Amino acid sequence: MPGYIHIRNLKKSFGSFTALHGIDLDIAEGEVVCVIGPSGSGKSTLIRCINLLEDYAADSTITVGGTPVQRGRALEKVRADVGMVFQSFNLFPHLTVLRNVMLAPMRVRHLPEAEAEQRARELLRRVGIGEQADKFPGKLSGGQQQRVAIARALAMEPKVMLFDEPTSALDPEMVGEVLDVMKSLAGTGVTMLVVTHEMGFARQVADRVIFMDGGRIVESGTPAQIFDTPQEERTRNFLGAVLNH
Amino acid sequence: MEIFDTFFNLPVLIRTFPLLLSGLWITLQIGVVSILAGLVAGLGLALVRLYAAGWLRFLARLYIDVMRSIPLLVLLIIIYYALPFVGIRLSPFLSAVAALSLVSAAYTAEIFRAGIEAIPRGQFEASEALGLGVRHKMVDVILPQAIRIVIPPLTNNCINVMKDTALASVVAMPDLLKQATQAQALSANPSPLIGAALIYLAILWPLVAAVSRLERRYGKDR
Repeated sequence: MPGYIHIRNLKKSFGSFTALHGIDLDIAEGEVVCVIGPSGSGKSTLIRCINLLEDYAADSTITVGGTPVQRGRALEKVRADVGMVFQSFNLFPHLTVLRNVMLAPMRVRHLPEAEAEQRARELLRRVGIGEQADKFPGKLSGGQQQRVAIARALAMEPKVMLFDEPTSALDPEMVGEVLDVMKSLAGTGVTMLVVTHEMGFARQVADRVIFMDGGRIVESGTPAQIFDTPQEERTRNFLGAVLNH
Repeated sequence: MEIFDTFFNLPVLIRTFPLLLSGLWITLQIGVVSILAGLVAGLGLALVRLYAAGWLRFLARLYIDVMRSIPLLVLLIIIYYALPFVGIRLSPFLSAVAALSLVSAAYTAEIFRAGIEAIPRGQFEASEALGLGVRHKMVDVILPQAIRIVIPPLTNNCINVMKDTALASVVAMPDLLKQATQAQALSANPSPLIGAALIYLAILWPLVAAVSRLERRYGKDR
């Protein structure tokens, strides 16, 4: 049975460099999948293809909830249902925190302003920054900004959340607060695909861990399988290098 | 005091002041209409130049480059003196506004383009990832940020348009400069010209100062 996110033969090149060599992947509704691997392995490219921030080869297939991900009318609908959190937050600096969260629900879901505001305040409280609602993003710490970014994505009530190295740009003392918010999200029915270098998070929260290298999925399995009994040499080398420091 | 009688002759200035004021009114009309038309057309042109299909984009670039290369005075004279030969007869006012707007649109387009291109990629990606359509992405996210960046260069361009309105006097438009030269001829004294120069200064100097202030302020932020 095809998954909620269904990826077949996903290929992507940047010029002469092949970033993805025909990825096959199915993710079930509500599943939490962590993607790990060395930098340049294609992890970020993989999740950026799912909402078409990157174009992919014409003979590749991605569907989300049965809708093909391709240019055209349906794309905005797919994107509205697929939230994304970026490494560099990408909050809108000219809007207050509250307005950042309200914008898309009002413009895309056509929510009345009052309702959008209520939803936004609720979400901001949920990620622990209710008091910062009327500040501009530039006044917030990195960890707070990333939590706003998560709230902004959640305000669209997405079926899928994509996290593209959400803690890589944060000072170490702020990583925990963002991971806590992500943990609280897992198991709520949202399908999560998380590209991360946080092995502790992956082990604790993921239903499935995927190890990528050189634009291919090298190995995938439960956290216990990947972290405790990796089958592939490359997985062992990577985990050895990452975990022994 | 010879020099005062010649250049700052008060009786002459007082006598010709109403004439200068009527010229100023025309100058302001030409300037403001051309600036507004140039802003609207320039923004549209910038968006075409950045996002339209290939051949439209090429046309926009061609237009921008041509209009930035042609001397304004030449363009104005072509519009006023050459176009009637093909049946297009514009009044002096419309000729001046057309020439100024056509050129201002080209400069404004380049200013807007630079502003939009200065917005980080992540802002576009975040908008798209949220499902915002092109219109909302531009109107709610990209343009508000871009416009902040381009306010100083846009103001600079407005100053240039205002100054260039003086060229309208060559197509017999009774603008500030034209009225001043006429007043000079009537009173056989150049004081009205000095008066006109002072009026131009009084209007444009504050704008020039404002640009410096804006540039300093935005310079500090970034």
